[in-house]
Amino acid sequence: MLTVPVETQILFAGILFFLGLIGLLVRRNLVFMLMSIEIMFNSAGLVFIIAARHWDQPDGQVMFIFILAVTAVEVAIGLALILQVYHHFKTLDVDKINKLKD
Amino acid sequence: MDIFFYIAAAIAIISTIMAISGRNAIHSLLFLILSLLAISVVFYLLDAPFIAALEVIIYAGAIMVLFIFVTMMLNIGLEQKQEKQWLNPRMWIIPSILAAILLADLILALRNMPTAVAGTQLIQPKQVGISLFHTYLLAVEIAAILLMAGVIGAYHLGSQKKKVLHRFLEKK
Amino acid sequence: MPLTTIIALIPALPLLSFLILVFFGGQLSRKIAGWIGAGSVGVSALLTIFVGISFINSLPETKSYSVVIWQWLHAGNLTANIAFSLDSLSLVFIFVITFVGFLIHVYSIGFMAKDEGFTRFFAYMNLFVCSMLILVLADNLLLMYLGWEGVGLCSYLLIGFWYKEPANGAAARKAFIITRIGDAAMIIGIFILFLSFGTFNIQDIMLLASTKWAICSSLAVITAALLLGGALGKSAQLPLQTWLPDAMAGPSPVSALIHAATMVTAGVYLIARTNVLFSLAPIVQTIIAIIGALTLLIAGFSALAQHDLKRILAYSTISQIGYMFLALGIGAYSAAIFHFMVHAFFKALLFLAAGVVILVLNEEHDIFKMGGLRKKMPAVFWTFLIGSASLSALPLVTAGFYSKDAILWFAFSSNSGGIVLWLAGIVGAFLTALYSFRMIFITFFGEVKTEPTFSAGKLMTVPLIILAVLSVIGGFIELPTSMGNFHLFSNLVNNSLPEVAIKNVEHLEWVFQLISALIASTGIYLAYRFYFKKPAFIEAFNHSRLNHFFEKGFGFDKVYDVVFVKPIVWLAEIDKKDIFDQLNISISRLAIWGNHFLSIAQNGKLRWYLLSFAIGIAFILTLMLTK
Repeated sequence: MLTVPVETQILFAGILFFLGLIGLLVRRNLVFMLMSIEIMFNSAGLVFIIAARHWDQPDGQVMFIFILAVTAVEVAIGLALILQVYHHFKTLDVDKINKLKD
Repeated sequence: MDIFFYIAAAIAIISTIMAISGRNAIHSLLFLILSLLAISVVFYLLDAPFIAALEVIIYAGAIMVLFIFVTMMLNIGLEQKQEKQWLNPRMWIIPSILAAILLADLILALRNMPTAVAGTQLIQPKQVGISLFHTYLLAVEIAAILLMAGVIGAYHLGSQKKKVLHRFLEKK
Repeated sequence: MPLTTIIALIPALPLLSFLILVFFGGQLSRKIAGWIGAGSVGVSALLTIFVGISFINSLPETKSYSVVIWQWLHAGNLTANIAFSLDSLSLVFIFVITFVGFLIHVYSIGFMAKDEGFTRFFAYMNLFVCSMLILVLADNLLLMYLGWEGVGLCSYLLIGFWYKEPANGAAARKAFIITRIGDAAMIIGIFILFLSFGTFNIQDIMLLASTKWAICSSLAVITAALLLGGALGKSAQLPLQTWLPDAMAGPSPVSALIHAATMVTAGVYLIARTNVLFSLAPIVQTIIAIIGALTLLIAGFSALAQHDLKRILAYSTISQIGYMFLALGIGAYSAAIFHFMVHAFFKALLFLAAGVVILVLNEEHDIFKMGGLRKKMPAVFWTFLIGSASLSALPLVTAGFYSKDAILWFAFSSNSGGIVLWLAGIVGAFLTALYSFRMIFITFFGEVKTEPTFSAGKLMTVPLIILAVLSVIGGFIELPTSMGNFHLFSNLVNNSLPEVAIKNVEHLEWVFQLISALIASTGIYLAYRFYFKKPAFIEAFNHSRLNHFFEKGFGFDKVYDVVFVKPIVWLAEIDKKDIFDQLNISISRLAIWGNHFLSIAQNGKLRWYLLSFAIGIAFILTLMLTK
């Protein structure tokens, strides 16, 4: 049985989340940004599992399965969009893809 | 048992840091897979063996592989010089400050959290299965439809149709 | 129908036609709209003839008919009614306005047939005829001012009729602004009259003025000078004459009706109507005569140097009205009105014929690009010739001879006249003959430079013929003492205007008539020598500085531009940036700056948006957790 305090576990998930956030803000390549979003999704799911163990309910694990499904779909479509963006703009630099402005 | 948690946590954090600060795309993705494996170990330690297996199979096995395929298709890894150009250390300052503020908030919130009694029961995968197909059956069906939508969407968005411009829009 | 109702109908019919054309003109066919426009003026002409016959047959006691239509204003002491008063002076004017107006309207049906603003044209023309009729029929000064402003408005609308060309709009504005200066002087004069006498009624004012104001009293002089200012503006005399040549930008029927026959004679009407005031201020009368003499000379010289057909006629109009002012200044009121009537006939004829020439030659205005039209357009040529002959006062056969000769004779023989004024008039007559036959020889003789594209229809040529006939026989109603002593016209007009007092030199009349006949013939002969035979010295003169000076109208436009226009424009530019404008501008600038400032936040960069998310989350969470 794990006796690590819940706070530490959540802190661990939080650190992962913020690392993902930093990665999202810093990187300019679209694929890396998508990757950082994956990290964030994953850490959110980790919080659910922690909560499931904490409250003794299987609902958290069920939620994680759904998050997994959503993430899978999101990655598939996101990558398809990245392919289209690459074919249109010939670059993956997100700063150059700024046509939607005043 | 606790020590394994800390080791796995450390590995996860270090490999995530390596993943987000890497120049080479493939290296970053491989570091990310390593991070996911470490998190899978954490899941196992958190009494969720089924989820641990799912994490490896789906997350590391399918999603990351998808990423690697796209990276290989678009030849992103070859542009190392450009990535180096883009990632000068100055860029890290502001996001790091923001993340630090948010982390401080999280710690503050955790401190104010009422301490509750940890559960003692182990959650069996069987319980998860029953809950999934009994209480949350509708959500499962919706998730299935979502996956179908994703498949169709990805198929359409991925196809390269030759652009046919109206004759007025053609550049002479 | 009682006579008073008929008199009220005379201006009401064109007004009714104007309203019909304004509201329903878009749905009427061109033919119907044109005949409604022309027909209303025609019916007014018939009514005028009817009223005139009954006036001449049975002269009423007060020598005028009055009809009050309704009470317009009543505020304490101030009353003004819509009331008409018809005496012999008004009768002559309404006869000319409706009759010549009707001929011009019929001509316009043919002239404007291909124009897209056909109905609008007739609406404006009818409004003009109504305003002019109100002007001459009004029995109080306020109603007269209503008509005065109405003709000014219609003049503006009709000069700028082809509004798509910016130059026409500029010409219309110039006319309106310059006549405005005169109108401002006139309204101040009207105010002074009301303050002094408490009424606007013209007859009452004349009576009170003759009893209450002494001759040469300062009030009389000031009021007369102010009313003179108004007359100068409308009649395009010195110094407010610069708008008339530019007003030729309007269509030719407009130039014929407004700027030859009617509106520009409104000043003559005003001075004749308020003649009591002017006889109370002899110095102003002298000024009128001097202005008339100077104007006729300056305009005569300017007309000699023009090469636009209509501008020659415009300067000619200024010059002939100078003759009328000269006559008014020396007290020869009946001669002035006679010349007005005859001038209306031949000047309208000349403008209408010029309009046909310009239309047929595809909008060609330059006479040096015309030539040889005598064989190509015989009807126009002969009517034009008769008009020019009347203008030049060809002896004995034309009406112009009798009218201009009367003015010249009174210029010498009246008590306030003299040899100087007569000399100015005779030089003017010489110039008139010279420039009018210059016009004829260059336009109608010689070789054809521009081919006519079509021949004018009956709608345009029949009014020309009628006006030509009138230009010849119109003079026979007033023959001078030495040639028949037939004073039908002056007897009629002297029912409402004072007779001219002449010195005891009646036996010399035939001498002066001979001299004027000789001068007119000399002018025609010299025009033949210079412009038909074309000696070299005319060619050299055409390029000389003096010719250029004449052509620019003696430089008046330039002087006004430098002295008045440029400073006012400079002041207006400064005023554009004054404190209230700055307030408005700053508000709009603030809005634009706000837009620019906030647009920075929407630059399309994804990472910018993400950063703002992150900052927002951090901010809100910190706020929530540290409460």
